[in-house]
Amino acid sequence: MSELVQLTTFGVTELEAQHALDRLKVRDVDYADLYFESRTSESVSMEEGIVKRAAKSISQGVGVRATSGEKTGFAYSDELTKKDLEIAADTARYIANSPKGDVPVPVPTQRRPTRDLYPMERAKAEVATADRVALLNEIDAEARRYDPRIKNVMASFNTEYKLVAVATSDGTLVSDVQPLSRLQITCIAEDHDNRQVGSFGGGGRVAFEFYREGDRHLGYAREAAREAILNLSAVDAPAGVMPVVLAGGWPGILLHEAIGHGLEADFNRKKTSAFSSLIGKRVASEVCTIVDDGTLPFRRGSLNMDDEGTPTSCTTLIEKGILRRYITDKLNARLMGIPLTGNGRRENYQSVVLPRMTNTFMLAGESDPQDIIRSVKTGLYAVSFGGGQVDITNGKFVFSASEAYLIEDGQITKPVKGATLIGNGPEILTKVSMVGHDLKLDNGIGTCGKDGQSVPVGVGLPTIKIEEITVGGTRG
Amino acid sequence: MSKKSSPPAEIANGYAQLAADVLARAKTCGATEADIVVADGETFSVQVRVGAVDRLTKAREKRFGLRVFIGKRSATTSTSDFSQDSLERLVADTCTLAKAVVEDDVSGLPDAAQMATDLPSLDLYDGTVLDTETQIDWAKRGESAAFAADSRVTNSEGAEFDSSSGRVVLANSHGFVGSYKSSNFSLSVSPIATDTGTGAMQRDAWYEVQRKFARLAAAESIGQEAARRAVRRLGARKVATKRVPVVFDQETAGSLLANLCSAVSGYGLYKRASFLLDKLGQTMASDLITVHDDGRIVGGLGSRPFDGEGLATRKNTIVERGVLKSYLLDTYSGRKLGLPSTGNASRSVGESPSVGPTNFYLVPGIKSPQEIIASVKDGLYVTELIGFGINMVTGDYSRGASGFWIENGELAYPVEEITIAGNLKQMFKDIEVVGSDLVFRGRIASPTLKISEMMVAGN
Repeated sequence: MSELVQLTTFGVTELEAQHALDRLKVRDVDYADLYFESRTSESVSMEEGIVKRAAKSISQGVGVRATSGEKTGFAYSDELTKKDLEIAADTARYIANSPKGDVPVPVPTQRRPTRDLYPMERAKAEVATADRVALLNEIDAEARRYDPRIKNVMASFNTEYKLVAVATSDGTLVSDVQPLSRLQITCIAEDHDNRQVGSFGGGGRVAFEFYREGDRHLGYAREAAREAILNLSAVDAPAGVMPVVLAGGWPGILLHEAIGHGLEADFNRKKTSAFSSLIGKRVASEVCTIVDDGTLPFRRGSLNMDDEGTPTSCTTLIEKGILRRYITDKLNARLMGIPLTGNGRRENYQSVVLPRMTNTFMLAGESDPQDIIRSVKTGLYAVSFGGGQVDITNGKFVFSASEAYLIEDGQITKPVKGATLIGNGPEILTKVSMVGHDLKLDNGIGTCGKDGQSVPVGVGLPTIKIEEITVGGTRG
Repeated sequence: MSKKSSPPAEIANGYAQLAADVLARAKTCGATEADIVVADGETFSVQVRVGAVDRLTKAREKRFGLRVFIGKRSATTSTSDFSQDSLERLVADTCTLAKAVVEDDVSGLPDAAQMATDLPSLDLYDGTVLDTETQIDWAKRGESAAFAADSRVTNSEGAEFDSSSGRVVLANSHGFVGSYKSSNFSLSVSPIATDTGTGAMQRDAWYEVQRKFARLAAAESIGQEAARRAVRRLGARKVATKRVPVVFDQETAGSLLANLCSAVSGYGLYKRASFLLDKLGQTMASDLITVHDDGRIVGGLGSRPFDGEGLATRKNTIVERGVLKSYLLDTYSGRKLGLPSTGNASRSVGESPSVGPTNFYLVPGIKSPQEIIASVKDGLYVTELIGFGINMVTGDYSRGASGFWIENGELAYPVEEITIAGNLKQMFKDIEVVGSDLVFRGRIASPTLKISEMMVAGN
């Protein structure tokens, strides 16, 4: 089990936390919490064959929040004295109509989450810089060995070790230890005047050994090199509406952009989402069942508890094409009268809680991936993607392929240059006609941005066929 | 030796001593050179939604960043804990990290002789203290103006008023100590319009940011413009796939200029990861294009007296009549490319410097946006771009777009769910007209631009 993080870790006593909560929980405040965080992040990076940079950053602070109806008062401080907590509490409770009439807060009982999805001894979270440097050196050598046309390798290894404790006005005090790491590799390939780029990476809430298991790091290096070399022979991407087959794994970013954000409860409470009032309605074809699951061991998007102390869960968003659930935090679940799903997340103590995704993926179907490709006469097969974005209100979303091929007469043929795919969220999944039996989760590289806050997330997808979507190439 | 400028009083009684202590301690741990960055500030933000306060945030923050060099090895660290214990640990950690990385021939502080000696104030700070009610009122007035502007504005993502102020102190082992204060005041309004027939919704936003509170436009005018932008998108449709002229409005043209800014960054260039590699002195854009980066515009949103390494900022000409004249460089990327720094080191506390723009802008032409639109018979006017479909290595460009279809020189109807694609190398050369409407809303600004032809993908 993960260690129990005591409030004294943050230099605060339980009495001081209790006092701050008492001060926050005036009559008109429905809910208040204190979020204590201590984070150590380290990174090493290499380019031009040498590990040039090493960095370490330490931050600690408290976020103090009070909610009253739809209103949220929020303050944060990197000083954790009794006085600073009081000032923050006074600021946060400003939003209550009358900052009077203290309501006693139950004395919190400290506990830890009931699950431990990412057990790691503290000692294992600390990796000697020399070992991290060696890892990157091996990656550089492997990528260059893959093909002499690989002219530069940029690799970085980032780790984060986060201690959090949440004290709430409903009497809970719960803590978690959240390790996270990521290895990211980019290769530049050159062949005369033709220069191309390829990237690959992975990670999760895993220890350093993960990257060396079965020489996983070298596999990542070869993948990044392969994509760069492949792109040297890429032809212009087609433009227009066509069938697209998405490979399993990271292309699941489609789900994240097309429907995931639109199902976050805050937008639906405010009725600003293209999915507002579609619960119980068909938003996807019958072969689509999509979940958001924060409970998968060691995954980048997983959490023992969300940032309000609620245990994470597996929420079915879409069941056989029918929209079932929004994902919620405490504020939105309470205001909408819908179940709490454990999706209240924040980037750090300086940020407010928002309903956010964890690991979002489509369950496996029954089709053979080969049959899916064979069913397409002329179209695109997209294997890897860069980022994506969505306009929540009109539902339009994009995501950009970084490795894709033409499909001609049921066969994968030439690689094509990257192109953006654009569609309409509430509509696109109704055009999914085949779902493969090969569900794959991504390797653990996703970061989701919302309201300026970044949080780690995961996605997953089996091979699927979309009957038609607009492909933004240059070839008419 | 550099001439030591005497530090302003405000830092002399605060962080200057802290900096000196930390730099001295770093030397005892083996550092040959070091610099520190301290940033502190206050932020206030209020979000109002449908007439009521939705969220109120207030905070003070501070951060201390240290970079040490041990010969040609370096490491960077940061902390929010300024206690003596914490800073001593930080120095020791940083030196240990530096000893673990590989020697890098060109690493090091800038030469002592290059440090800035003239540090003008640039009028970046406004000490106006606004009470909470005033700030709430600004956000409320902005939003209610959007609701009042058009009955089709039925909902809102809210209006947000932000005010922040802060101070940056940079000191290094050459004896340089510099500091400046800055502030920002901004209002943004994001209304949602609903099509009365179909029930379809469109969101848009308008905003303004100023260093000085008094310069902020009236809340009402920002709200009204936001409403106009949301309502005009109603009834948007897809269009057929075809190759047409594309006009970029100020905001989307600014994004093209941001792409140019990334492509001329020294870091992308020495890593051979920019499509403008080896193009210095060559024609890379239409001869209508002249681009400056000016760090000394008084009151500018990207202005600062010195850069992230303590070099004086200046006005650099990046592109002159289509010819690439200069990259944006800091000391490290400059040394890699055999060129002097352009004073564009950008520094986040706790990270080694990178390159960033100051006020990066395209010099305006003489045609108004209306005249530019009038010059298009059949084409696209782009007002929003989404997604990340830009490959900086190759210049390949493919992004989601929305805007208006232009028929016979007039905006005919709104369009959405389309992409525009091309290659930035060609797109800059294909700029046919540069508008007269340059306005700074951030650090990067462009007037309206017309590109002769791009692929638009739709139906």
